[in-house]
Amino acid sequence: MARMKFLCDAERCIECNGCVTACKNENEVPWGVNRRRVVTINDGVVGAEKSISVACMHCSDAPCMAVCPVDCFYRTDDGVVLHDKDLCIGCGYCFYACPFGAPQFPQAGAFGLRGKMDKCTFCAGGPEPDRSEAEFRKYGRNRLAEGKLPACAEMCSTKALLGGDGDVIADIYRERVLRRGRGADLWGWSSAYGVRPGAQPPVQQPAATSGKS
Amino acid sequence: MRLLLAFVAALGLVACGEKEQVVVYKQGKYQGKPDNRSWDNAPLPAEFRRGEWKQGDRTSWEESVKTRQLAQHEYRRIYQ
Repeated sequence: MARMKFLCDAERCIECNGCVTACKNENEVPWGVNRRRVVTINDGVVGAEKSISVACMHCSDAPCMAVCPVDCFYRTDDGVVLHDKDLCIGCGYCFYACPFGAPQFPQAGAFGLRGKMDKCTFCAGGPEPDRSEAEFRKYGRNRLAEGKLPACAEMCSTKALLGGDGDVIADIYRERVLRRGRGADLWGWSSAYGVRPGAQPPVQQPAATSGKS
Repeated sequence: MRLLLAFVAALGLVACGEKEQVVVYKQGKYQGKPDNRSWDNAPLPAEFRRGEWKQGDRTSWEESVKTRQLAQHEYRRIYQ
């Protein structure tokens, strides 16, 4: 059973913002709303500066779902966290709960009123008929219903951003880390998906020092 | 003394009854509209698609998407 996840390889991200552009273009996201953005960590620290692409991670135990006062969030069978904009009241609780700053609020009206929350949908649309005009207008394109993956991940030129079934993309990343021999730190993975005992790196066994053979 | 031990034991076991507080979504059990599933859609016309699946069959849809996911694996794309 597929569980859709995002993985950003900080060793590879070159901060080109291709993912941001792809998302904006594919979903025709309004001005002022950024479903995906590239952030720099350790900014200015020589040798430690990294860039990562951040959006909704579709957490296993999503805090936005837990805090929503109108219960407008749901999770699809393939693990994508979506919401119903017809129910959202734009209260902003989800924004405070989210560790990734994913929920975005378009400014509605002249007095700085917050509109309904908008966030990355893993290119899976929302609770409107799939591939319909209504779905596209409210939530953006439903690429999963077309048998495709999110535009940001498919567009990433260095393949730093991987999207898809957690097991598949973790295997890709594992092989990549083994080949390059470094850079196994995954930003945001454990915050979003938890840490399973099996996911821990093997404990280094101390070298035998005794003379026994 | 016995009463005190029983009290301490009862106090110590209080946490055992605590339920894990995890949001569990059940299909169609939230306040909003129900959504349909990706695999319930027919595949796109041949000129717009790569993979193919049988409408309503989750396994074939997952296989189709998995093939596409593996295209992100450049070591396999280049060396095979």
